[in-house]
Amino acid sequence: MKLNSKIPEGPIEKKWSNHKFHMKLVNPANRRKYNIIVVGTGLAGSSAAATLAELGYNVHAFCYHESPRRAHSIAAQGGINAPKNYSNDGDSVYRLFYDTIKGGDYRAREANVYRLAEVSGSIIDQCVAQGVPFARDYAGYLDNRSFGGAQVARTFYARGQTGQQLLLGAYSALCRQIDAGTVKFYERREMLDLIVVDGQARGILARNLVTGKLESYAADAVVLATGGYGNVFYLSTNAKASNATAAWRAYKKGALFANPCYTQIHPTCIPVSGTHQSKLTLMSESLRNDGRIWVPKNKDDQRSPKDIPENERDYYLERLYPSFGNLVPRDVASRRAKEMCDNGYGVGATKMSVYLDFSDAIKRLGKEAIKQKYGNLFDMYKQITAEDPYEVPMRIYPAVHYTMGGLWVDYNLMSTIPGLFVLGEANFSDHGANRLGASALMQGLADGYFVIPYTMGDYLASNTFKKIDTEHSAFKDSESAVEKTIATLLENNGTKAVDEYHRELGKIMWDYVGMGRNKKGLQKALELIPQLREEFWKNVKVSGSAAEINTELEKAQRVADFFELGELLATDALHREESCGGHFREEYQTEEGEAKRNDKKFSYVAAWEFKGVDKKPTLNKEPLAFEEVHLAQRSYK
Amino acid sequence: MKLTLQIWRQKSKDEQGTFVTYNINDVSPDMSFLEMLDILNIELVKKGEEAVAFDHDCREGICGSCGVMINGRAHGPGRGIATCQLHMRSFHDGDTIIIEPWRATAFPVLKDLMVDRTSFERIMQAGGYVSAKTGGIPDGNTILIPKPIADEAFDAAACIGCGACVAACPNSSAMLFVSAKVSQLALLPQGKAEKSARVQNMVAVMDEEMFGSCSNTYACEAECPKQISVTHIARLNRELMASQV
Ligand SMILES: Cc1cc2nc3c(=O)[nH]c(=O)nc-3n(C[C@H](O)[C@H](O)[C@H](O)COP(=O)(O)OP(=O)(O)OC[C@H]3O[C@@H](n4cnc5c(N)ncnc54)[C@H](O)[C@@H]3O)c2cc1C
Ligand code: SF4
Ligand code: FES
Repeated sequence: MKLNSKIPEGPIEKKWSNHKFHMKLVNPANRRKYNIIVVGTGLAGSSAAATLAELGYNVHAFCYHESPRRAHSIAAQGGINAPKNYSNDGDSVYRLFYDTIKGGDYRAREANVYRLAEVSGSIIDQCVAQGVPFARDYAGYLDNRSFGGAQVARTFYARGQTGQQLLLGAYSALCRQIDAGTVKFYERREMLDLIVVDGQARGILARNLVTGKLESYAADAVVLATGGYGNVFYLSTNAKASNATAAWRAYKKGALFANPCYTQIHPTCIPVSGTHQSKLTLMSESLRNDGRIWVPKNKDDQRSPKDIPENERDYYLERLYPSFGNLVPRDVASRRAKEMCDNGYGVGATKMSVYLDFSDAIKRLGKEAIKQKYGNLFDMYKQITAEDPYEVPMRIYPAVHYTMGGLWVDYNLMSTIPGLFVLGEANFSDHGANRLGASALMQGLADGYFVIPYTMGDYLASNTFKKIDTEHSAFKDSESAVEKTIATLLENNGTKAVDEYHRELGKIMWDYVGMGRNKKGLQKALELIPQLREEFWKNVKVSGSAAEINTELEKAQRVADFFELGELLATDALHREESCGGHFREEYQTEEGEAKRNDKKFSYVAAWEFKGVDKKPTLNKEPLAFEEVHLAQRSYK
Repeated sequence: MKLTLQIWRQKSKDEQGTFVTYNINDVSPDMSFLEMLDILNIELVKKGEEAVAFDHDCREGICGSCGVMINGRAHGPGRGIATCQLHMRSFHDGDTIIIEPWRATAFPVLKDLMVDRTSFERIMQAGGYVSAKTGGIPDGNTILIPKPIADEAFDAAACIGCGACVAACPNSSAMLFVSAKVSQLALLPQGKAEKSARVQNMVAVMDEEMFGSCSNTYACEAECPKQISVTHIARLNRELMASQV
């Protein structure tokens, strides 16, 4: 398949404005004749649904939660970037663009990233207007802090609950449109298939999670904003229900899946405490502003951290990266933590964690100031571990956190299926091989508030739409296929629960496709995953029926898709014989242990095309051209 | 630890529910309360029984999905935490734990421990927003909001919409939830223009949805996982009065 990224002509700083001017418009009076389905109402979906409705389109918004406010976006802690240069420290659109390209280890599309940096300032203004209570100083001005991979303070925040406040802002805009009747909201609906008619995305099939009924919805275009696939690893910082089903079913209907192997492991999470563990909790990256990471210099140091003197501590990030110190990008910080623990320097009962120590900051700024900044995170930590981080250093270890890969989209955020747009974490577009902190919120809201409203209009105005309704055979065929899968799962009189399979899949993924990957391990994963998948279909036990609330059935379908996605992830990781950002192939590293890219061979987006569950997917390549930023070995020294 | 659980089982909205007793062994004090239920569910499913349905998602106290009555307390023992943040170290070997859904006319039970809180949605849709359309907004720093006011607005905005305040209230009043939003937007300059209509509309829908009235028992504040203060209820009342003159 020939991939056309539709990057507009012209110099990088003019591309988006030129493109906006050249795009077709739908006359305001005609907009209400168009129906748009938005699946997912996290930051990306809520902002898109509200904005499209404000423009006058008929919007139908779906999510599997009971309310948009429950989406995984709510859990984002640290902040959102914008190059407002309020700190007067030399920030600019160009610098944010540059940092993001570099942070992504030169595997993102320049034009998209530039646009992201360009519109991000308006996001802050928009959120302020909605009443988002960002942190302010005493005079009333907006406050900023810094995040990994940047040397300027450009991160806006609302205590440690930025995602919550931004989502509540987008949700309030959505509520206003629901009240106005321009958005119809469908709660507790899970999209199980994409309906394609004559090559265009024209609707969805969803299960009503309360009645169990399969419901069909037709429209002129479909927007997916269904989040990332980090839960393929079972243990991650993602919410328990976060899953890839919507994106995966679209993939199986012909949308290409790009760079699935680009997964982000976040360096600062609360370590695993036992086999019962159901998820991992993030401790925001913002903590690295004031916390110092260290391990004892002596492997077998049994002393409590407080009794280990300064000169017997190894502040390894400060030692290895004097200019960025504790604020190196996530992939670097994670890998170094793993290396320390693998070499025996880890701390805690399992020796699989490192210290994140606030005692210097508390001495310098006082306990009250630290409490003001991070109070809720400290409380959360204490609640989970029963240790008080004001007194003893936190213990942290990396965990799966975010997925840069996702459905392939062009500059207009449209997938390879005309009329199917993909926003937020569900697409692959802006972060390359590694996402910088505070950039996911920015991207989700940029996509929803400021990109899709334009590109959707262009698509609708440029195409004709045959009149169809849910009686069309495409809906009926999809319904019987999904019904069959559900029946298979329920009738399977197996012996193991869904969670047990998910946990086993997660272990394979973490062991062989996790933070450090190599050829042998990936090949092993590609043997183990299909085996386990086969066993799952033969032996999984799902109780209850289809015609009611059935949380086990919901999970079973999601895990079934994770098996297939896991295999694609490993396939992609095996094919990419280089290290870049979050994808670290042990065979390809510099002498200092940094990721070593192979730009000659791999400077492209790998977009995979579905050919059947047991068939090899086809690899399509979108070459990446770097015209603005020169390809270089990333250095944070 | 070994525990005895008495869990409310109810097949659907229209069917009668009842308590069912389960014994569970090998509970570790480091487990979270919901992880303990996960383990019970795996056992039930393997026996061919239906898993206990309960709402949850983030498991870190922010999405507001979870929420059950544990031994008669909304979100269980402990202050300022949601059910998902409760750890089994709060219980002892041999304890009996009674687990039931939120009880309120405005929150009908959907199944087992899962309730329908869409009445909260309808209250929010009635006015829980600032009518700011996307686009054409001036720079964020053109509106100055001194830190103390921003902080107080934030305290109110921290509500996670879990419904514990309603479940804890003897009258099933939603005043704490509603006042949190009214108060946040009344404190901020952005919310001032629409403040009269907002408070009136939100309170009107709250009454239509069959929430009870507030009689100042403060049970809500005591059980609120975000420790939203009842001073916001006082502000709502002032706003409501001011809007009527
Ligand atoms: C703990 C944590 C902290 C973070 N902190 C930050 C931070 O400080 N800064 C930052 O920039 N980023 C942060 N991130 C990342 C960021 O929060 C997410 O990438 C972002 O919020 C994703 O938003 P989204 O709108 O794409 O998807 P989500 O918020 O995941 O929303 C997905 C939506 O899709 C719906 N959905 C999914 N599948 C279906 C289906 N099949 N049918 C119907 N509905 C469906 C869900 O109901 C939900 O409404 C953090 C992430 C985590 C896990
Ligand atoms: S006020 Fe507190 S208890 Fe009530 S919904 Fe909000 S967070 Fe829950
Ligand atoms: S599961 Fe999200 S608040 Fe408890």
